[in-house]
Amino acid sequence: MTSIAKPPVRHPGLRKNAIGFTQRDYEGAMSTLCAGCGHDSVTAALVQACWELDLPPHRAAKMSGIGCSSKTTAYFMKQSHGFNSVHGRMPSVTSGANAANRGLTYIGISGDGDSLSIGLGQLCHAIRRNVRMLYVIDNNGVYGLTKGQFSASADIGSTSKKGEANVQPPIDPVLLALTLGVTFVARSFSGDKAQLIPILKAGLSHNGLALVDIISPCVTFNDHDGSTKSYKFTREHDVEISTADFVPLRHEIRAPETDSAVNVVTMHDGSVVRFRKTHEGYNPTDRESAYAHVRACQQRHEVATGLLFIDESGSDMHAVSRTVPTPLVDLTHHELCPGNAALQSLMEKYR
Amino acid sequence: MPRATDVASPHHYHKVVDCQYACPAHTNVPEYLRLIAQGRYTESYLLNRESNVFPGILGRTCDRPCEPACRRGRIDGKPVAICRLKRVAADLRNDVTPYLPKAPSIRNGKRVALIGAGPASLTVANDLLPLGYDVVIYEKHARAGGLMRFNIPAFRLPERVLDEETGYIIDMGADVRYNTEVTSLGALIDEGYDAVFIGSGAPKGKELDIPGRWDDGAREHIHIGIEWLGSVHFGHIEKIAPRVLIIGVGNTAMDCCRTSRRLGGTHTKVVARRSRQFFKASPWELEDAGEEGIEIVENHSPKRFVIENGTLVGMEFERTETNDTVIIPCDDVILAIGQDNAFPWIERDIGIEFDAKWDMPIVDKASFASTKPGVFFGGDAAWGPQNIIWAVEHGHQAAISIHQYAQGLPLDDRPTQGMNLTSTKMGMHSWAYSNDFNPSPRSTMLHAELVERFSAIGVEVELGFTPEQTATEVERCLNCDVETHFEASLCIECDACVDVCPVSCLTIAPNVADEVDLRMLLSAPAQNATQDLYVSPSLPQTKRIMVKDEDICLHCGLCAERCPTAAWDMKKFSLVLPYAFNVDGTLEMVSV
Ligand SMILES: Cc1cc2nc3c(=O)[nH]c(=O)nc-3n(C[C@H](O)[C@H](O)[C@H](O)COP(=O)(O)OP(=O)(O)OC[C@H]3O[C@@H](n4cnc5c(N)ncnc54)[C@H](O)[C@@H]3O)c2cc1C
Ligand SMILES: Cc1ncc(C[n+]2csc(CCOP(=O)(O)OP(=O)(O)O)c2C)c(N)n1
Ligand code: SF4
Ligand code: SF4
Ligand code: SF4
Ligand code: SF4
Ligand SMILES: [Mg+2]
Repeated sequence: MTSIAKPPVRHPGLRKNAIGFTQRDYEGAMSTLCAGCGHDSVTAALVQACWELDLPPHRAAKMSGIGCSSKTTAYFMKQSHGFNSVHGRMPSVTSGANAANRGLTYIGISGDGDSLSIGLGQLCHAIRRNVRMLYVIDNNGVYGLTKGQFSASADIGSTSKKGEANVQPPIDPVLLALTLGVTFVARSFSGDKAQLIPILKAGLSHNGLALVDIISPCVTFNDHDGSTKSYKFTREHDVEISTADFVPLRHEIRAPETDSAVNVVTMHDGSVVRFRKTHEGYNPTDRESAYAHVRACQQRHEVATGLLFIDESGSDMHAVSRTVPTPLVDLTHHELCPGNAALQSLMEKYR
Repeated sequence: MPRATDVASPHHYHKVVDCQYACPAHTNVPEYLRLIAQGRYTESYLLNRESNVFPGILGRTCDRPCEPACRRGRIDGKPVAICRLKRVAADLRNDVTPYLPKAPSIRNGKRVALIGAGPASLTVANDLLPLGYDVVIYEKHARAGGLMRFNIPAFRLPERVLDEETGYIIDMGADVRYNTEVTSLGALIDEGYDAVFIGSGAPKGKELDIPGRWDDGAREHIHIGIEWLGSVHFGHIEKIAPRVLIIGVGNTAMDCCRTSRRLGGTHTKVVARRSRQFFKASPWELEDAGEEGIEIVENHSPKRFVIENGTLVGMEFERTETNDTVIIPCDDVILAIGQDNAFPWIERDIGIEFDAKWDMPIVDKASFASTKPGVFFGGDAAWGPQNIIWAVEHGHQAAISIHQYAQGLPLDDRPTQGMNLTSTKMGMHSWAYSNDFNPSPRSTMLHAELVERFSAIGVEVELGFTPEQTATEVERCLNCDVETHFEASLCIECDACVDVCPVSCLTIAPNVADEVDLRMLLSAPAQNATQDLYVSPSLPQTKRIMVKDEDICLHCGLCAERCPTAAWDMKKFSLVLPYAFNVDGTLEMVSV
């Protein structure tokens, strides 16, 4: 559709990260989404997050299914690996890729249609397995790509562009994930990069599946009055119940935090997430309290945002399966396939 | 919060068009470049002529203040070759005479006298003749053009070009009294003119009064630069000795050394008092002189002329770096250390006040009026030597004043600048200007071979751009006049524009108290304080503000392309300039 290209010119003051790249080196092809689509802002936030984390693009894999949201993997990190799977199958393809090569950083991008309708089962099992990946749901309440039908995340009473109200109850991916034992779950808004970027960075550093549900308005089919996933509605009903700052490992951590209003969580790689308390009684490391707060907000028709729950003690898929630390792809043929004698001795154990 | 930028009056958008803003006459550069790109050379020439009056002359000789200002220079280090493209339009135009302004057959009954037929006076004539004024020009010499003719060497500015462009004005019906030097302003005023304009230039070359200057045997070998160039022009001087020293390193020095080189000064050296970074000559003139083998000696301060056996044999200099002296042998010396004004012909008791310290007339900066009603100054005569394009702008402003004065209107109630804004959107990904960024480097001007250059004084050095060079060079222009125009009430704060901007110009920022803080808060810190920020009124949803750092915007239109609500649009800005012959603004563009 689009033939426009970004001029190769850069701002002369553009900084480089620790591995010598500018933010623009993390960009991809020009987006072909509708102008103003929230998904493009999520892409921009990912570009910035990956740049700030000094992520080597060739050590990342972008995984997606089908939908406008799933198309966005083409719009960032053009140097990275990627797999664009069939509708709803991103979680299992990522599980497989991660099983074979645990050395890469997996960035899964999905939509509310891709993950909460056709791919719901896949999502659930990826959470249960705790596949180490960042799992982004660009949540706009509609199937954008197929012209705006209500998705499974549409709220009761939210209207379509033509004015028809949705009558079926929504699936809230955050509540769902909490019940399935997720070890990292957050909700944010494509229009609030200040909140979103630290969350994405923390998610990319998490030792397990980090689910980030991002309200990402569909300007074309779901940004009207009456929609509960529009820019305006989200801004008016967004309640940040936790504020997280991400401090990567290589940054020195200044004076130990004594302020009781700050809750510090150390990630497995030594980086740190600092929570500033915005809601009394909220504890982002307590699953029950997280569930209760998100539920309470939902009942007040508020959108609970922030890094809502984190558990760094969980075991990821590889830990549970006790695989070797070396990525399977890096093993020699002999190590991977030690021959008939080894097979027979294994079989012997089950006899 | 910083106040929202006023885009209803022309200042902000005008300043974004760096070249036009820097041009003393505010020539609409991007528009004339687009006309060249379309092959519409005649229209391009006419558009130029409206503001700068001498496109062919200026396309070769302009001091080009627009180029150091050009935004493209901040993108890839080299500005668009604005000046030489002007020459392309002049070289390739068709006959423009049918489209030039004409004097009406019914006169308005007013008579004005202009002293000097340099660019300043000629511009006044150009602007007043179409209004029916009777314009009388007094010129001491036999030809029109002033220093453009007598001092700028023909290898930079061919006579044909001068004749044509001075002719366009004079042929409108100016009564030029050649070979008529005004020797008494009082007497001229007594002839009953409705107004008098003094465009007599700064005709006196500065002296260097050091030992030996007036000695026999030296005197006749020491020349004043502008007089010497004049003598060469008139054919009174045809040769110079081989070893020539040029004292001074301004643009006059460059013309002197290059002329000297052509007249036999095979060992011509330019001697500068200070080091290279303080040289007054334009970088391209220094380059051209270097190409012709002229050596430039830095940090040498003249002490005396060395005369042996009644002949000039050299000059002694103090070397300011080593604190010793040195003698550089020479046969001739040309002094090119500046020009002064001289008004021996203006009586000091006729109501024109002079500044006691500099003995310069007191001239109002906006109206160009002297302290005597009806007497105006402009060009080099007003505040000392400047350049052609300033002389032209002075002429335009003085013409407005003269017209106001002749109608009995106050001089300080001047017509103001206006603007037009027109959307350039044509459809999906389609704009009425070429918004693709062209990464080509600046085209290099081709020069005549050295042998040919030195064969005759009038061989023009610069050959002009080829059609291929022209086609590429015009595309380097970023179309800064196609402005990013913002409508805050339409913005839904989706960030699309901020994210897409290739050069990080845009930020949706919190409403902070002052601009300095704001500059540091942006997507990329706005460190070039000479470039303004655009600050929007507060945005509907979050009350934040849209801020744009104008500094290196490519005018690529991607922000407008990606905006879902058309809050950004690319609008063509046209500055409407008042002229005496059209106080309501710029003429309609001619379509040929
Ligand atoms: C060597 C040299 C090179 C230059 N090169 C450039 C260049 O490349 N680009 C550029 O932009 N500028 C250049 N300049 C400067 C430029 O030529 C002048 O700034 C410009 O010509 C000034 O215009 P003017 O109309 O004020 O005066 P002038 O051009 O000086 O014209 C004044 C006219 O008045 C006449 N006159 C003076 N007194 C009387 C009198 N009493 N009665 C009748 N007539 C009189 C003179 O004969 C002359 O014709 C150069 C100047 C010099 C000296
Ligand atoms: C197996 C299969 N079923 C149905 C479709 C049609 N289809 C394409 S995209 C889509 C929904 C996408 O919705 P979502 O994931 O929310 O993405 P969005 O476009 O809203 O970002 C559907 C149903 C398909 N491509 N493949
Ligand atoms: S249809 Fe909706 S979700 Fe798809 S690109 Fe357009 S705005 Fe985005
Ligand atoms: S890029 Fe073009 S419009 Fe912009 S300052 Fe340069 S010449 Fe003028
Ligand atoms: S036109 Fe818009 S997108 Fe292009 S550089 Fe300027 S502000 Fe950025
Ligand atoms: S793209 Fe348009 S609507 Fe979106 S933030 Fe920019 S100006 Fe506002
Ligand atoms: Mg969707």
